[in-house]
Amino acid sequence: MLTKRIIPCLDIKDGRTVKGINFEQIRDAGDPVELGALYASQGADELVFLDITATVEKRKTLSELVNKIAHRINIPFTVGGGIKTEADVSVLLQNGADKISVNTAAFLDPTIINRFAKNFGSQCVVLAIDAKCEADNNWYVYLKGGREKTDMLVTDWAKRAVDLGVGEILLTSMNHDGTKQGFALDITAALAESLPVPIIASGGGGTAAHFYDVFTKGKADAALAASIFHYKEIAIPDLKYYLHEKGIPIRL
Amino acid sequence: MKTAIIQYNAGNIQSVLYALERLGTSAIVTDNIEAIQAADKVIFPGVGEASTAMEYLKQRHLDVVIKNLQQPVLGICLGMQLMCASSEENNTTCLGIFEESVCQFKTADPIIKVPQIGWNTITNLESSLFNQVPENSYAYFVHGYYAALGAHTIATTNYIQPYSSALNKRNFYGVQFHPEKSAKVGEQILKNFLELT
Repeated sequence: MLTKRIIPCLDIKDGRTVKGINFEQIRDAGDPVELGALYASQGADELVFLDITATVEKRKTLSELVNKIAHRINIPFTVGGGIKTEADVSVLLQNGADKISVNTAAFLDPTIINRFAKNFGSQCVVLAIDAKCEADNNWYVYLKGGREKTDMLVTDWAKRAVDLGVGEILLTSMNHDGTKQGFALDITAALAESLPVPIIASGGGGTAAHFYDVFTKGKADAALAASIFHYKEIAIPDLKYYLHEKGIPIRL
Repeated sequence: MKTAIIQYNAGNIQSVLYALERLGTSAIVTDNIEAIQAADKVIFPGVGEASTAMEYLKQRHLDVVIKNLQQPVLGICLGMQLMCASSEENNTTCLGIFEESVCQFKTADPIIKVPQIGWNTITNLESSLFNQVPENSYAYFVHGYYAALGAHTIATTNYIQPYSSALNKRNFYGVQFHPEKSAKVGEQILKNFLELT
């Protein structure tokens, strides 16, 4: 049986792992290669590396880091941050990334999704969506690391992106991110039940029960978290054993 | 020992190379016919689309070369599918090493995603390729098409229906999953392949 995936996310800044709280207040959490290898050995199903300072000058640094990760790690990993062109994708895949994630650049020019899918295959194109539930009770797409609001509904953007060829959606709830109060179950389930691609839920995972909820009520295919793993609040083996005991299909 | 990884227009070749390096062995990535024929082991990787990949192989006469290899050959993912008779992916005639055909996953259930992405179990393991790999081990899959069960099935996985997650005929082996991305289980399978005689 296909299992639900547990995905630690490593935000990278200047080659180090960091994690913000509500997208701000960055703290240092260590060497991404070592941390990634540790998570892989503990049973993480995949890893996501997001370069949050991806600027043109730093691109070479990122590809070198990706190459180090690929040499070391024996599970799939996704790389995101500032990816705009086929050349950006190509260099990351050639250095061993399995998938790339796009966010703001894809929103500003949706044709890149189509081009990336055609050139590299849908299976390696992940769309990251930063979503925020507003006072009108609708979920809106935010850009630029959550700093810029759009008028686009998350459900509309996700559907359009799937039609254009994205292979997976990484949905981060800005309302929940960093709170450790649980994932955004309603919007996660809305996407999971209406779209033919896997949904990775992100933002708010604080306890093992939150992961259980996002796989059952939220219908997520995978769940992503960062700080609870970085700061050893939940050990991956303990989390996976808990989910297994509760009847969730999980790789032990 | 010389291991050749066939280079063609498909992804994930570096990952296979790095996985072999982690096992302490080196490999060459090449589309040179003599180098492929002279290797002790040949790995035929692949992520991509079947008809484009077959066209590329034919242009370089790699289709004939691969079919006639005598040493152990391991097809991975699309590589395995290309070793089958045909694929529903753009109605492609494949290499025909395995008589099994490749079909598209079809489901009416919106909660079941196609392609299958993630970790699934491999069962009914029937080959030295799976030495020391327990039944129901997990391997990492990414695919929208599957090889049907058949006479050459050496591992079975269930997604929508049971299908061949590995095939073997004479010196030819194929795995639908990615051993290079399947943690310890994948490492053991690659190690077993390298130890085949």
